[in-house]
Amino acid sequence: MANHTGTLPGREGWQSVVSDAASDQRMFKDVPWGKPMMWIFLLSDTFIFGSFLISYMTVRMSTTQPWPNPSEVFGLTVFGREVPLLLIAIMTFVLITSSGTMALAVNFGYRKDRQKTFGLLLATAALGATFVSMQAFEWTKLILEGVRPWGNPWGAPQFGSAFFMITGFHGTHVTIGVIFLCIVATKVIRGDLDHERPGFLTGRKGNYEIVEILGLYWHFVDLVWVFIFAFFYLW
Amino acid sequence: MEHVEHAPGLAPASEPEAHAKGQQHPLGIYFKIWGLLFVLSTASYLVDYFHVQGMLRWTLIIVFMLLKAGLIVAVFMHMMWERLALMYAIIVPPLLLVTLVAIGALEADYTFLTRGAFFSPQEKAPPPVAAKH
Repeated sequence: MANHTGTLPGREGWQSVVSDAASDQRMFKDVPWGKPMMWIFLLSDTFIFGSFLISYMTVRMSTTQPWPNPSEVFGLTVFGREVPLLLIAIMTFVLITSSGTMALAVNFGYRKDRQKTFGLLLATAALGATFVSMQAFEWTKLILEGVRPWGNPWGAPQFGSAFFMITGFHGTHVTIGVIFLCIVATKVIRGDLDHERPGFLTGRKGNYEIVEILGLYWHFVDLVWVFIFAFFYLW
Repeated sequence: MEHVEHAPGLAPASEPEAHAKGQQHPLGIYFKIWGLLFVLSTASYLVDYFHVQGMLRWTLIIVFMLLKAGLIVAVFMHMMWERLALMYAIIVPPLLLVTLVAIGALEADYTFLTRGAFFSPQEKAPPPVAAKH
């Protein structure tokens, strides 16, 4: 197997899977090592969020007390009219928009367009911060209404614990993502990635893979929200 | 399998020379997916806004959810352009989670039935049938 480029001609489909798995150097040929590392982390995170959502589903399906109607709980009164789930809808659009700017940042990163990458990363961070602020508003509102991890005024006490656990863990991920975004944005605008300046998260190759790896994390946060939106807020 | 430089089926329109290796695709595909995600989110919000209930609600919510998740993973996270071995390594384990979901759902239904039958009868439940003995 003296093939140092890692590309074996004529291997497609399952054969390429087998040749990757049987590789004597690196399993995923041509994939920068940081990317599978981030994917493996995200996979472990998938199982954590999966456990949360499964336990939430189990308590919700097996409780005999009424479950609060999320559509009303998360509704807002706008100009004297009750709009269901308004805050959550806005948060969803903010997060999707941030996913879009992140995808563009990765693209401009590989084009080595530092200014645009920097701007898009900052826009993503700002949208992420907006999302977390709205979540803080939502938490404050519910806490003032008497929701606690052990109870709530509208029925099944598990509502409180599931809500704070799931959205809290997701909000923590968004917050960490915003910090990560700010760090990478700084490195991009300083030119660390071009000038091979060694340092935390910079790498030594002078390439923009870190932006894509950061992107994977950020899109994952958006992905988790897709499931939370469906199972927690729309159920 | 080399990295695909352009999305299959899309013309390499106004693409500047690729300066670096890695995931480089025309910007158009990102904007299209971005728009689609907006449409799908609006659609799932409207399901709630118009109070669609029952199986139709669940079907719509889950279809929109899976479409959104699929688009994010496939395009934004570049999964459709990755090596097949990486795709399987990432996608198969979450499918196992689905088994856990199914088991959890069955078990929860069973718990609910047991609780309803023995501990806290629901208000709407019919009055208990008088014992025959």
